[in-house]
Amino acid sequence: MMLEWVRQLGRSGIDFFEKLGRGHLFLVKTLAGVPEVLARPRLLIAQLLSVGVLSFMLIAISGLFVGMVLALQGYNTLVDFGAEESLGVVVALSIVRELGPVVTALLFAGRAGSALTAEIGLMKATEQLSGMEMMAVDPLHRVIAPRFLAGVISMPLLAAIFSAVGIWGGYFVGVGLLGVDEGAYWSQMQDKVDFLDDILNGVIKSAVFGVVTTWIAVFEGYDTIPTSEGVSRATTRTVVHSAFAVLGLDFVLTALMFGDS
Amino acid sequence: MAEAANPSQSDVLVRIRDLHFSRGEHMIFDGIDLDIPRGKITAIMGPSGTGKTTLLRLIGGQLYPDRGSVQVDGEEVPSLRRGELYELRKRMGMLFQSGALLTDLDVYDNVAFPLREHTALPESMIRDLVLMKLQAVGLRGARHLMPSELSGGMARRVALARAIALDPMMIMYDEPFTGQDPISMGALVQLIRLLNDALGLTSIIVSHDVQETAAISDYIYVISRGKVVGHGTPDALDKTDSEWVRQFMLGLPDGPVPFHYPAPDYREDLLQGGEAG
Repeated sequence: MMLEWVRQLGRSGIDFFEKLGRGHLFLVKTLAGVPEVLARPRLLIAQLLSVGVLSFMLIAISGLFVGMVLALQGYNTLVDFGAEESLGVVVALSIVRELGPVVTALLFAGRAGSALTAEIGLMKATEQLSGMEMMAVDPLHRVIAPRFLAGVISMPLLAAIFSAVGIWGGYFVGVGLLGVDEGAYWSQMQDKVDFLDDILNGVIKSAVFGVVTTWIAVFEGYDTIPTSEGVSRATTRTVVHSAFAVLGLDFVLTALMFGDS
Repeated sequence: MAEAANPSQSDVLVRIRDLHFSRGEHMIFDGIDLDIPRGKITAIMGPSGTGKTTLLRLIGGQLYPDRGSVQVDGEEVPSLRRGELYELRKRMGMLFQSGALLTDLDVYDNVAFPLREHTALPESMIRDLVLMKLQAVGLRGARHLMPSELSGGMARRVALARAIALDPMMIMYDEPFTGQDPISMGALVQLIRLLNDALGLTSIIVSHDVQETAAISDYIYVISRGKVVGHGTPDALDKTDSEWVRQFMLGLPDGPVPFHYPAPDYREDLLQGGEAG
């Protein structure tokens, strides 16, 4: 019994590292296909549409509501200290530093990431990837690389949209509904939000999340067991692993960026 | 070990010697020898699960053997570099069981796909080539349909048009007749023979549909449990002494391949009562 348990543990460990190794080799081979994609921009544009543009509404609407809630919550706390004029700073810093990159990445994993995994997994299950290989076309270059690049490019842009719309949502609630001074909302934000420390770090975060979530999504699709159950499990893994990766990396990146301030 | 047919070296397009391949503990090929002659239709037959599709993947370089040699047109497939393998694959066509059409492209673009990927031909010439290939399989009028709008037989014919788009030297058919209605089956059988002869191809058909495959094959290998258990022309196999080959060719339910999966004694099993499973 004990021996069997140890054996299971060992097997899980080996499986984990084997998959990690496969994932890294996969990434290297995919990156080798990026120049080919850049030389054929039509492949990339098609994926930018499905991965990025079609995620726009979800991201924008979510950003709007997150900003509105932040303003409401922030106002209720700040007003006790008579500091409600700092609402713009609270909303902007929360969104630009944290919620913009993180929530965008989580939403992106749920919408575009799962779709990528399912699409690639089904291509594998229906032998489309094998068919390409037999036609001397490398699916890593033709199918995976454009999707990967589209995800990496889209994420920071979507996070920027999320942040902009979120700040506007905060303005709508704070200034429009709760009566915070409009000048204070914008001027304090302008004064306290630093381009390098806050905005750029947020962009770096979202770029890292873009690489990681898209990598997980396309790898899970490519590595799936080619059955309907396999694709279903892979899609679930994409969302779960992406969420863990985003939240874990967010802590690490935040510690690196803001830990000493 | 079964002796392979023995034509001279230049007549052989695919030469397999002492091929061993296993998946985990499960041995799939235990030292098989095969020769696929040029310009002919060679069938590789055997029951489901004997690794017929695996054999095509080994020939196409998608899998690597544990031991042995797989030569295609004089090139040792397992030792080719990626670039060399891809060059070789441009001269091979493969028809997958499902057709493996790209579902986001219509029929026309599917057939044009290899031409666009591997040639710099102008679009007008690609159009002519695509229409010629589609005409050959009788689906020129279906060029605007999406794969989801095609029947199984039509999808395979489109896949066949795509497979011959680059005028390959050989085509491998993976279970081309499975699940086809009699009309589609007849169309495919005729197409395989016609294309092979008209285009000077070499065809390898992997199948367990005995009658249809035997009708168009020039030579047949029968594989079971990792070995070649019989080979010869369809007529020769009809007259074979091998009980196994007879069972397979005539579709007999019992024989060297038993009807029953290995199990403990039936009587004892029933009398064990009470112990579930």
